[in-house]
Amino acid sequence: MSKAASRSKRGLGGWGLIAVPYFWLLIFFLAPFLIVFKISLSQVAVAIPPYFPTFDLAEGWQAFREGLSELSLENYVWLTEDALYWKSYVSSVYIAAVSTLITLLIGYPIAYGMARSPEAWRPTLLMLVILPFWTSFLIRVYAWIGILKNEGLLNQFLMMLGLIDEPLVILNTNVAVYIGIVYSYLPFLVLPLYASLEKLDGSLLEAAADLGCPPWKAFWKITVPLSLPGVIAGCFLVFIPAVGEFVIPDLLGGSETLMIGKTLWVEFFNNRDWPVSSAVAVILLLILVIPIVLFQNQQQKMAEKNQ
Amino acid sequence: MTRGPSWFNVTSIVLGFSFLYLPIVLLVIYSFNESRLVTVWGGFSTKWYVELLQNDQLLDAAWVTLRVAFVSASVATVLGTMAALVLVRSGRFMGRSMFSGMIFAPLVMPEVILGLSLLLLFVAMDQARGFWTVIIAHTTFAMCYVAVVVQSRLVGFDKSVEEAAEDLGCPPVKTFFLITLPIILPGVIAGWMLAFTLSLDDLVIASFTTGPGATTLPMKIYSQVRLGVTPEINAVCTILVVLVSIGVIAASIATKRQQVQRERDERAAFGAEG
Repeated sequence: MSKAASRSKRGLGGWGLIAVPYFWLLIFFLAPFLIVFKISLSQVAVAIPPYFPTFDLAEGWQAFREGLSELSLENYVWLTEDALYWKSYVSSVYIAAVSTLITLLIGYPIAYGMARSPEAWRPTLLMLVILPFWTSFLIRVYAWIGILKNEGLLNQFLMMLGLIDEPLVILNTNVAVYIGIVYSYLPFLVLPLYASLEKLDGSLLEAAADLGCPPWKAFWKITVPLSLPGVIAGCFLVFIPAVGEFVIPDLLGGSETLMIGKTLWVEFFNNRDWPVSSAVAVILLLILVIPIVLFQNQQQKMAEKNQ
Repeated sequence: MTRGPSWFNVTSIVLGFSFLYLPIVLLVIYSFNESRLVTVWGGFSTKWYVELLQNDQLLDAAWVTLRVAFVSASVATVLGTMAALVLVRSGRFMGRSMFSGMIFAPLVMPEVILGLSLLLLFVAMDQARGFWTVIIAHTTFAMCYVAVVVQSRLVGFDKSVEEAAEDLGCPPVKTFFLITLPIILPGVIAGWMLAFTLSLDDLVIASFTTGPGATTLPMKIYSQVRLGVTPEINAVCTILVVLVSIGVIAASIATKRQQVQRERDERAAFGAEG
């Protein structure tokens, strides 16, 4: 059975199998991005839909060409002129990066502890990490409001212990945003990390110990490098969605919290400026293209390795 | 060399899991609070649950959400399973890397971008927004999750069973339903459940793609949360958390049983052979 033979086996059914999901994604995932790009070049208008030019093929080629000449980079120029936008981008990337680092520092010991736990515990522990992932994101963010409020449970608890006299102001600050992101995305980091730590061959560590390597050194020289694929996958899974996060900065952050997801939302729903929000989305996508491509290459490599 | 778990590992697990679960536990406890002030304990009461039953708007939103989740999860499971078969089985074809790119990208793409882009598509298509546009939007991102879940199941799959069926003259479609599907079924069910809960949970994409008359539960919760924490919302959240937990735990127990059963069957079959 050569490759050619297996290829000839793909009949009409085989092509149909490819075509149906392929076209669905082309129409509902890829095509929308082209439309976003087009509208980012349009201008805002008081109309339905609230932008122009709109292309109507029925109006013929001439109208189409006129419409084309109406497109401009004006919205992008606007994005560079108004400090709000680039500050939002910078602060989103910064907040996402810091949160990813904190998530890693908290998640690594958890994943490590899980991978080193007795084998009988592991399915239960794994289940306990996955379960919050299934419960509503919105609910988990909401739960923190009651904890972090000025008269909330955390402040009550700390005052009861006598550690503080005045309530700490945490809600509606960036600290609350960090807590929210770390909390919500922790399972995304722990799962791939646990997967790579669990596969780690224990005999390597034993060999190192037999040769007189102290445990902390063995950890740095053996465990950390071998768990690197899990670390990278986990960090991408936290960082990329966190950059565009809307719910967390909106519910936990304050007025000084600038994140681009929130800026886009306000621009779209409150200011009804579709062209500018499209331009905001295009730039956000450009910022995220590099990490997304890196993430995909890594996923593909891991998938091939498993096959 | 098996040592017991070290104190460091135990501590990090205990602290880690307390961090993950404490907020949810507190939320559940305070849904039984007599007092309207959410952070002051005023005695045990179930009155907020009773009030929920009289809140028609909330119940309507819950009904819309359940229908959207059911339909979109089912379509997404079919499309996602097909996509997984393509990823694992179809070998090379033109546009393959674009295909896998379109499967993996929505997993990390910020929701605001997905929501905005789909909304603009529906506007460009002159499509009235509402129930069905939310379903299309949810199907699109959920099918990618289903594809990833089913794919991991297909990778560890013994192809020889399938080849045996085809050698014996079983047509491909029949082989799929008689052989392949039963084997990957746990993955398919897990994919459906994941798609269902993702749809149940989604606020951002639904807000962009919905229209009049199709307000989902997360949208309703969000608009009330913005006004402040209330015990009613705690009660709604508690119900959702409990339902989802029961579903997930039941599914995992069922999968495990089935696995044990199959291993026993296989052992019996091979035993009879030899």
